[in-house]
Amino acid sequence: MKRYWDIFSKGLVLENPIFVLALSLCPALAVTTSVVNALTMGLTVTFVISMNNLIVSIFRNWVNPKVRVPIYITSIATIVTVAELLLKAFAPLLYKELGIYLSLVVVFAIILARAEVFASKNRPVPSFIDGFGMGAGFTLAMLIVGVIRELFGNGTILGYTVLGSWYPPALIFIMAPGAFILIGYLVGAWNIWSARIEKAKGERGETI
Amino acid sequence: MSDDIQKEVAPEEAVQKEAVKKAAAKKEAVPKEDAANEVETLDYMIVSSSPHLFDDNSIKKIMWTVNLTLAPAVIFSIYYFGLQALITLLAGSLSAVAFEAASQKIMKKKITIDDGSAFLCGLLLAMCLPPAVPIFVPIVGSFIAIVVAKHSMGGLGYNIFNPAHIGRAALMVSWPVLMTSWTTITTAADVTTSATPLNILKLQGYEAVVNTFGSQTELYKALFLGLRNGSIGETCVVLLTLGGLFLIYKRIIDWVVPVTMIGTVGVLTWMFGGTNGILSGDPLFHMMAGGLIIGAFFMATDMVTTPITRKGKVIFAAGAGIITVLIRLLGGYPEGVCYSILLMNCVTPLIDRYIQPTLYGRGEIG
Repeated sequence: MKRYWDIFSKGLVLENPIFVLALSLCPALAVTTSVVNALTMGLTVTFVISMNNLIVSIFRNWVNPKVRVPIYITSIATIVTVAELLLKAFAPLLYKELGIYLSLVVVFAIILARAEVFASKNRPVPSFIDGFGMGAGFTLAMLIVGVIRELFGNGTILGYTVLGSWYPPALIFIMAPGAFILIGYLVGAWNIWSARIEKAKGERGETI
Repeated sequence: MSDDIQKEVAPEEAVQKEAVKKAAAKKEAVPKEDAANEVETLDYMIVSSSPHLFDDNSIKKIMWTVNLTLAPAVIFSIYYFGLQALITLLAGSLSAVAFEAASQKIMKKKITIDDGSAFLCGLLLAMCLPPAVPIFVPIVGSFIAIVVAKHSMGGLGYNIFNPAHIGRAALMVSWPVLMTSWTTITTAADVTTSATPLNILKLQGYEAVVNTFGSQTELYKALFLGLRNGSIGETCVVLLTLGGLFLIYKRIIDWVVPVTMIGTVGVLTWMFGGTNGILSGDPLFHMMAGGLIIGAFFMATDMVTTPITRKGKVIFAAGAGIITVLIRLLGGYPEGVCYSILLMNCVTPLIDRYIQPTLYGRGEIG
């Protein structure tokens, strides 16, 4: 059980896809203008990445290494289509809002990376948990960025007004430059945080 | 009578006693001062490669000289735009100093607010703002300039971009409406909002600019003396130029930068700025309008963010001039000095890498 928790939790902080691995920065910049969008995108990616890890792991012994990438892409595309159709059916407004970025999930680096690095070498259950952890870390990062951007760029969170009319929304947070600056600072903060965790682990004599 | 004399004497005695006391206190304090001096001098004992030229210039001296040369233009703009300009300028420069002290304290560095670089940065930022912005605008701008653009990059000397212009660009993106509301005081109590000359040029064309000011001579006069709308510090061409010339005389800035930048803008707008084909533009108008003068003299000559060699400086200034003209004539914004200097800041390391002075004795003969 401890082993599974380790696999899951490393995706949250120490190997956070956005803040540490710096993979899939594109959606982190593009769809985090509001919390709802960020959350939907995070959950979609979590779904896709864990299902894909599961499938890749199940078929890992039958896939010829020479054609592995096309096969990963086929698998990811299938799952993304499922997710897309689900969203279209049950949340058409969100589907419209996320637009092209939903289809772009197919080529997110983090999904391909986890299939290649973890799922193709591990058994199905750990692979699924790894995908779920990475997805959760991705969602966490998206949420942090999304909350800050919506709060300062629009004065709201989840559409509810938090900062009153006295606050003149700073549009830079809604636009790309604000996202770049913000993610830069968050990466810095994350580095300080994870360095502390690693230090604490080292003091306890655990391997990192 | 004698009473009076006694009274007069008594305070004198007291003063003398005070002086003696003070001297004694000073004596006690002397060792402390010596220790402080020793630490101070250690700062200057730097091991470095040649040239070992010594110059009495210091960051402090240069920065306060630049501040001083800006003073005439600042005073004029306070006179012309009124109290609101003074508030904006004070908010910008003082908050910049406060942010500098705070970030240096947080990063446990030596606090160097007395060197005037933060004050200058805040002042230049405020001079690039419209006079009647709400007070939070210059303060947020200073925060971005000092904390984001300067100290996050490593402090003075390590910043890639001109901090004041980064602040202005961020404000421009954040509050575009506030940043483009230009106000004029027509009478003591009456404030109207109207456009800057470059705004009119962008929206209605050159004829409309001339019509607004009456005639072309009137237009030049208004631009030269600064009797027009615009950012706080950019309007008065004559005082800014005088300040710039003083800096050139003091050899704090190199004359090639303003000459190249303003010249490039002049030539290019003369060639392509007109509506009746080539060579029909109005170079004088373009050279004096907008923030070109303050940009060319005070921003494009920043020691940190521009190339080191003279050849590099010429390339930098020409590039900035070209981008300014491109934005003014073809772009969406009426003014492009800020962005052109920021864009050229990006390529400064590249210019420095390729324009390296030939080492003595290594160059080709002839």
